[in-house]
Amino acid sequence: MTTTSGVRTIRLDLMSRIEGEAGLRLDVRDGRLADLKLDIYEPPRFFEAFLRGRSIREVPDMTARICGICPIAHQLTSVQAIESALGIAPGAEIRALRRLLFCAEWIESHALHIYLLQLPDFFGKSGGLALAAEKPELVRRGLELKKIGNEMTTLLGGRAVHPLSVCIGGFWKAPRRSEVLELRPHVESALEASIETVRLVSSLTLPEFTPEYEFVALAHPHEYAMGDGRIVSSRGLDLSIREFEQVFLEEHVAHSTALHSVRADHGSSYLAGPLSRLNLNYQHLLPGARQAADESSVSWPCSNPYAGIVARAVEMVQACEDSLRVIDAYREPDPPRLDYTVHAAEGCAATEAPRGLLYHRYRIDDQGLVQSARIVPPTAQNCRRIEDDLRLLIPGILDRTDAEILDACEKLVRNYDPCISCSVHALRLRINRR
Amino acid sequence: MAENAKPRLAIFKLASCDGCQLQLLNLEDELLDIADQVEICYFPEATSQDLDGPYDVALVEGSVTTETDLQRLREIRRNSQTLITLGACANAGGIQALRNTADVEEYTRAIYANPSYIHTLAQSTPVAAHVTVDFAISGCPISRRQLLDVLTALLIGRAPELPRYSVCVECKRSGTVCVLVSAGVACLGPITQAGCGALCPSFHRGCFGCYGPMESANPDSLCQNLMARGVSRAETLRLLNGFAGGSEEFRSAAEKLEKAPL
Repeated sequence: MTTTSGVRTIRLDLMSRIEGEAGLRLDVRDGRLADLKLDIYEPPRFFEAFLRGRSIREVPDMTARICGICPIAHQLTSVQAIESALGIAPGAEIRALRRLLFCAEWIESHALHIYLLQLPDFFGKSGGLALAAEKPELVRRGLELKKIGNEMTTLLGGRAVHPLSVCIGGFWKAPRRSEVLELRPHVESALEASIETVRLVSSLTLPEFTPEYEFVALAHPHEYAMGDGRIVSSRGLDLSIREFEQVFLEEHVAHSTALHSVRADHGSSYLAGPLSRLNLNYQHLLPGARQAADESSVSWPCSNPYAGIVARAVEMVQACEDSLRVIDAYREPDPPRLDYTVHAAEGCAATEAPRGLLYHRYRIDDQGLVQSARIVPPTAQNCRRIEDDLRLLIPGILDRTDAEILDACEKLVRNYDPCISCSVHALRLRINRR
Repeated sequence: MAENAKPRLAIFKLASCDGCQLQLLNLEDELLDIADQVEICYFPEATSQDLDGPYDVALVEGSVTTETDLQRLREIRRNSQTLITLGACANAGGIQALRNTADVEEYTRAIYANPSYIHTLAQSTPVAAHVTVDFAISGCPISRRQLLDVLTALLIGRAPELPRYSVCVECKRSGTVCVLVSAGVACLGPITQAGCGALCPSFHRGCFGCYGPMESANPDSLCQNLMARGVSRAETLRLLNGFAGGSEEFRSAAEKLEKAPL
C-alpha cells in the first residue's frame, strides 16, 4: 500500500491458483472505488493469425495448444466448426465417443479446480499440497478423480494433455469395446467420489453474494448440453450457434491481452460456466446428478458465484454418470472417421468447455487451407463479468486492510476458474488507493 | 543444496499453454511424495505460497515473447542453481514461433482492434537463446514420466538422462507398423526425439515432431524421402514448421527446402 495525500495504492501483481497469469488494479479515491481493471498481461500467442494458411487437418492439433487444461474442448470445437463448414455429419457412435472425451475433460478439470485450486481457500491454506499436509485423504480423493479423468482421455486420445486422436470426420483410431469397458470400474469409483465431493462442498459456508447475472450456456433438447445445441440465456436468448457473433461482441481494452465479451445490444456482461449450465440445464441432469444437486446445500437456480464449486461437483457426478451410459452403449465406430471432400466454405461451432461456452469459426479455401479463424474462449467471455462482480464486492470491504481486500478479490475471481492461457490465446492484482 | 534441507523448487511460466507444468500435477500417484521431498517455493498455478530465491531447481515452461518475460527469465537464471526447461515452447519457441517468419504487426492487427495496446517481441525464442539451460525436457507436452525421472535424478544427486534416439525406435519396440513405409503417410518420426512412446503412429497417423529434433537428425534427407513418396513440398514445409519449428534443425531444413528449385 502506498498513500500520498489521500491516495492509497495497493498492488497484487500475480494471482495464484488460476490457470495462466493475471492481476487486478484498484483505484480508490477518497475511500471510494474509482476504477477497477482486471490486468491480463499474459503474452499473446496469436493463434488466430498463424492458423491462416495451415491445412484444416492440422487445426485440431494446433488449437489444442491454446490450453493445456482444456485441449479437448478446443480441438473438438475446431473440428466441429470445420465439419459444419464442409457439411460433414459424423454419426451417433462418433458423437458418443466425443461426448466421453468431453466428460473426461470435465472430470479432470473440475477435480483439479475443486481440490487443488479452490478448496484451499475454505481451509485457509496456500494450495492443495498444503491442504494435503492436514487432510491427506481429502486431497487424495481429488487426485484420484483427476487421475480417472486423465485415464479416460489417455485411452481415447493417447495422452492426458494434448491428446491426438481427434480429427475431422471422427477419430484417427477408435478404442475397442473391450478397452472402453475396462474404464467402467474406474468411472464407477469416480462417480462415488464425485457424490462424496458434492457432500463435502455442501458442508462449506459460502459467502452471501448474489449479483444479477445473465446466465449463458448451450442447451440441448434431450441432454445436458456439452458438444452442441442452441445458445440460451436466463434473459430469454435462444440462438443458433451461427448467431453468436451478432449477439455477443468482443471488445479490446488497454489493460488486457484477452478480449472482453459483452452483449452487442446493450453492452452488458454475462456469465458462462458451470453455474450457468446447471441453472439453465438442471432439467437434463441424469438421475444421480439430479439427486446430488437436490441434496446439495444449494437450491437451483442459484445466483451466488461461490456456489460454482457446488455446480462443478454436481457436474462431476453428471459427467461420471453420463460416461457410464456412453461406456455401456459403446460400439466401435466403423469406419472411425468419415471421408470428406474439401471446398471453400465457412463454419462455426460452440461447445461447453469445463469453464463455459467456447466458440470457434473458420473460413477455408478450396485447397483446405484456413483463411480466417475466430476463437472466443469462456474466460474472455467472463472477463467483464468478473470486473462487474468485483465492483459489487469491493465497496463493502474497503474498510479492510489491503491484504484482506486482495484476498477477498482473489477468492471471488477463483469462482470463475479463469483460464488465462485460453483467454489470450492472460490476470495480476493491483490496487491504487487515492 | 544445503545439507539436510529440502531442495527448493520453483516453477515459472512464460508464453505457453500451461500444459507442461500441469504434467507435474498430473503425477497424481507421486505428487504428494514429491511435495514431501522438496520445498515448492513458487508455483502460482498450484499455490499462493511465494518464497524468494535462491532456488536449487527452477522449471521453466514457455517461450520468450515479451521484454518483461526476458527480464524475468534473466532473474530466474540468477536465482537458480539448476535451470530445467519444460517442453517445446521453452526449448524451441513453441507453436507461437510461427510468428518468427511472419509480420507480427500484421498478426496484432488481425486480432486486436487497438494494436497500440499490445507489447510483444517480433520473435518467440527459446530459453537457451537468452540464458544457460542445464537440462531440457522435450515434448508438447512433456511426458510426466520423463519429468519424474529428471526430478528423481536431481533428488538423488545424479545427472538426469533421457533417451536421445528417434521415435522410430519406439515404434519398433512397441511393434507399431511403420506408417511411412507401409502407408506412405508423412511422418517426422525418423528425425524426432523419442519420449512420447510413438503415440501418433500407434493412432495410425504420422508423427508431427512435437518432441523436437533428435540428436544428429537429418531432416534434409527425410524431406527428400517424403517428397519422393508424393508428399507435397507445401505439406513437408508445414510439417517442419510445426511445434518444434523454431528449433535450429527444423528451421534450417525448412529454409533450405524453401530455397530449393522446384
